[in-house]
Amino acid sequence: MIEGAAWRRWVYFRLPLGFLVLWLLFPFYWMLITAVRPDGELYRPWNATNYTPFWTTNPTWAHVEYLFEETIFGTWMWNTMVIALASTAISLVCGVLAGYALSRLKFPFAGSLGTGIFITYLVPQTLLFIPLAEIIRNYRLGDTPWALILTYPTFLIPFCTWLMMGYFKAIPKELEECARIDGAARWQAMLYIVIPVALPGILSAGIFAFTLSWNEFIYALVFLSSPEQKTVPVGVVSELIRGDVFFWGPLMAGALLGSIPVAIVYSFFVEHYVAGLTGSVKG
Amino acid sequence: MAQVVLSQINKFYDGAVHAVKDVNLDIRDREFMVFVGPSGCGKTTTLRMIAGLEEISSGDIRIGTQRVNDLAPMDRDIAMVFQNYALYPHMSVFDNMAFGLKMRKFEKDEIRKRVQDAAEILGIQDLLKRKPRQLSGGQRQRVALGRAIVRHPQVFLFDEPLSNLDAKLRVQMRVELKKLHQRLGTTAIYVTHDQVEAMTLGDRVVVMKDGLVQQVGEPLELYNAPATRFVAGFIGSPAMNFAAVTVTERDGGLRLVNEGLDIAAPPHAADRLRACLGREVTLGIRPEDLRIATAADPADFAFDALVEVVEKLGSEILLDLKVGRGAMVAAVEPTVRAVYGDRLRIALNPDRLHFFDAQTDATI
Repeated sequence: MIEGAAWRRWVYFRLPLGFLVLWLLFPFYWMLITAVRPDGELYRPWNATNYTPFWTTNPTWAHVEYLFEETIFGTWMWNTMVIALASTAISLVCGVLAGYALSRLKFPFAGSLGTGIFITYLVPQTLLFIPLAEIIRNYRLGDTPWALILTYPTFLIPFCTWLMMGYFKAIPKELEECARIDGAARWQAMLYIVIPVALPGILSAGIFAFTLSWNEFIYALVFLSSPEQKTVPVGVVSELIRGDVFFWGPLMAGALLGSIPVAIVYSFFVEHYVAGLTGSVKG
Repeated sequence: MAQVVLSQINKFYDGAVHAVKDVNLDIRDREFMVFVGPSGCGKTTTLRMIAGLEEISSGDIRIGTQRVNDLAPMDRDIAMVFQNYALYPHMSVFDNMAFGLKMRKFEKDEIRKRVQDAAEILGIQDLLKRKPRQLSGGQRQRVALGRAIVRHPQVFLFDEPLSNLDAKLRVQMRVELKKLHQRLGTTAIYVTHDQVEAMTLGDRVVVMKDGLVQQVGEPLELYNAPATRFVAGFIGSPAMNFAAVTVTERDGGLRLVNEGLDIAAPPHAADRLRACLGREVTLGIRPEDLRIATAADPADFAFDALVEVVEKLGSEILLDLKVGRGAMVAAVEPTVRAVYGDRLRIALNPDRLHFFDAQTDATI
């Protein structure tokens, strides 16, 4: 905390903070204002006398209506939801089990295996989609939701595994030992003791995984082709940018609606999420 | 209830570190056995091998009549209390205590009855609905004990259960633990690094150092007849004084001599010391066996000392003394008036002298 005179607090804390908040929130404001601005205002030249880029006097729902009437935005939302939930579920199950094994079971090469998993996370998607496309083609999964449900875990599982490894390490191993003396087999100790205690960590991993797959672009762009299979990020971009014509209103309305589920997920679990990141286990 | 027998127990970590060396113990039915020693002496490892949480590198452990080496912890019919309590943070006190019974598929009524009984014994009936984080340290400790006693196991294992409590509560819980054991009569094995806990709780005490058992015996046996210099120094507070002395013969009598001391060998040890004539031995004497000399004290069992520190404890005074080039602590009457720099004549109790081999540290 900044101490001393009031002006010091303003100069060193409040003004920089205010500037940072404005800087970060401005793109969201721009998205919101563009989504509700009528086309007449959107395409007005910058030197027109009534040019008002930062506000609008007659907001409209026309762009949202356009999204639902002229495109299959509802289908894209549904596709994205199904794919994000399924790949998150797969990744969480694998990540929790792998994280538990790597942090708790003593087996040869556990340490190097953990590092290896992390390294796979560092391989860029832009490189990985080429061989993955080959695999998708061989298994005839192209243009189906499975193409994404099965490929998203390639980056989600390493991520979840790492997050859960750290979290499991923070849980005292006596808890589990005590459960095993109390009469629980190893899997029961994990199921009844370790996993409930690790719930904040599991939730954070889940939120992260859900967000990553919700926003994923390149795999969705490459592996899906027919409009009714697409996800929101790809659908919006491919249907609302035609050549060099940008349908800015519907584009921004799509971005706005597409970010709502993620915002809901975050706000719903925000407390657990913070607890998960700080790794606190209160004994 | 059962006896626990350890025969030729060894523990190696990664094939290199020899943490527990050839431990043989026969813990009797209903006995309260305490393992004590400095950190890293192998006491906790031994306990964890009995619990089944560590592999046994070699040797056998029997609980009752059964060899348990290859049994999982859950099948050994033991209960363990951990230093950090290890309460399940997401469960209420009731569920914490009931967990072991639920895992063993007890009837609901029986579970409720047993948890109630245990809660009553420990005085935590009002806390059953709370979560562990809403409890104080002492209450958590009781819940951890309750979780152990509801199961009516054959053996209780305690791994430094009191070391997370503050000093006053520790003394109180120590007494309660002892009462609990007298009431339940279950065989108990208790690990601590605190020799006071070991002396007050144990029916017998095992002193360990570097993975080796130094001595097994009743508390007063360890105190009065320590087997090694280590046991002598570890048991008792303030610790026993040690001085290196040379055994010499003068005017037909054995003398023990160094720069600050020149005393006669006490009659009870004379024969044994004669074998060490001309060699150096370690003399051990407890602070309470030293006192301010009076004119009546024989000169053969007294020495001069310089007072360096005076510690007034109320019930007694501890004098930190410089004797020759060595140091000693004397516990004297609270009425003694001594200040820094005083030169005093100190008498020792010749019947209470201990002698240790200077090389092997074994008692002579």
